[in-house]
Amino acid sequence: MTIESWLQAAIADAERRGLPDLKPVLETLARATTALRAADFSDHADK
Amino acid sequence: MTIEEFGRRLRAREITAAQVTDQCLRRIETDNPRLNAFILVMADEARRQALASDQALAAGRDRGPLHGVPISIKDLLDMRGLPTTAASRVRDGHRANRDATAITHLRQAGAVFIGKTNLHEFAFGTTSEDSAFGPARNPHDTARSPGGSSGGSAASVAAGMALASIGTDTGGSIRIPAAACGTVGLKPSFGEVSIDGVVPLSRTLDHVGPLTQTVSDACLVYHALLGDERVTPPAPMPLHGLRLAVPRRYFCDLLEDEVRARFESALDRLRAGGAHFDDIEIHHAADIAPVYLHIVLGDAAAYHATALETMPERYTPPVRLRLEMGRYILAEDYVRALKGRELLKREVDAALAQHDALVLPTLPISAPPLGANSVEVGATTEPVRNLMLRLTQLFNVTGHPAISIPSGRTSAGMPCAVQLVGCRMQTDALLRVALTCEPHVSSEV
Repeated sequence: MTIESWLQAAIADAERRGLPDLKPVLETLARATTALRAADFSDHADK
Repeated sequence: MTIEEFGRRLRAREITAAQVTDQCLRRIETDNPRLNAFILVMADEARRQALASDQALAAGRDRGPLHGVPISIKDLLDMRGLPTTAASRVRDGHRANRDATAITHLRQAGAVFIGKTNLHEFAFGTTSEDSAFGPARNPHDTARSPGGSSGGSAASVAAGMALASIGTDTGGSIRIPAAACGTVGLKPSFGEVSIDGVVPLSRTLDHVGPLTQTVSDACLVYHALLGDERVTPPAPMPLHGLRLAVPRRYFCDLLEDEVRARFESALDRLRAGGAHFDDIEIHHAADIAPVYLHIVLGDAAAYHATALETMPERYTPPVRLRLEMGRYILAEDYVRALKGRELLKREVDAALAQHDALVLPTLPISAPPLGANSVEVGATTEPVRNLMLRLTQLFNVTGHPAISIPSGRTSAGMPCAVQLVGCRMQTDALLRVALTCEPHVSSEV
């Protein structure tokens, strides 16, 4: 799952659950996940 | 009064445990209304325990260094017959049916339990302000946070309400409040002190350890927590020839000016005494925060999932949001974080291979004002939570023992601190280094 599609789905789920305040928090998490996936210790099958 | 001084005077019959316990209880009565350090004060039980300690000593039964010592306990550890609130309404109605292993060891060592201390709800925060019992406050300035999550523990020691306190540390929650309040705080090596009977935040990052006034006292309480009853602090090693490593990149990039000045002058004093310094690098330092975040959020969400579904309104809103965030962590990203953890562990091991300890500040800022979400450091504005965890969380990820030692104050009178980090499973060796460095690091500038 790409981070973009994950974030979109997570925000939609949070809104459905009546937690709109989660949106900025999830955006922060998305930035951290982007950094984690970009780290050179993260394995990628195509590399 | 330190535990060492208490022990000397107790055995010289100059004081009694009952007298010192009464002094602590009087201090709690005077200062707790403004500090909110305690959730539960155990006055009657503490007096009873102290009297029994004095009677035992008079009868020749000496349990060792913690005999009769008034100690406060973070309200995250189970004590038989008492609620463990974790500073949360989620725990309403809880009552522990047995002691945490750490409490069992302290009982065996003869400690007197003075009360249970306030904390950031479920230990999931660094300021101790999101608590069902209201915010704990810093004894040096009550408009400021005492740090967290063991904020009440640090405040209780700094204000003389207890001779020591037991805290927990998942990303810095012993060392951060110790630094903010001007006490010593020890996070032992991962797995040494039992976390059985402790409300978890992350079972792979959680540690139990002491907050005290001195490194010697930390050594005594640490050994009591292990179940060793008759340990005396090791002798300091010579400062001359001590090999210390300073991880400047990342760890010293973002420091308040006065914190940097206190840190550099502490290094100067150690250097003048003969310590040898090398600058070293943790190559993946930039990845520490994402690695930590994905592990702690995933672990915490697993523990809280049911309560988040059944009683979400009982959490404080900021802690509830943080826990909910964890429910969206993907398994693949958790696995990536575990891989990063192993790499960071090896990098810290490598940095310590030729050195007795790493030395770095504990906090990049002095204690922040209560209610502040962000603070300015130099030209940048940073979230308080990121800053508070920035220099401590690595050693929860890697499990290395780390100790925070007071190191002067800012012009506003707020404490600064130096952190020393040792080899895994060698907490005693770290304590020897800390004993050696303490008088140099702690000198006021």
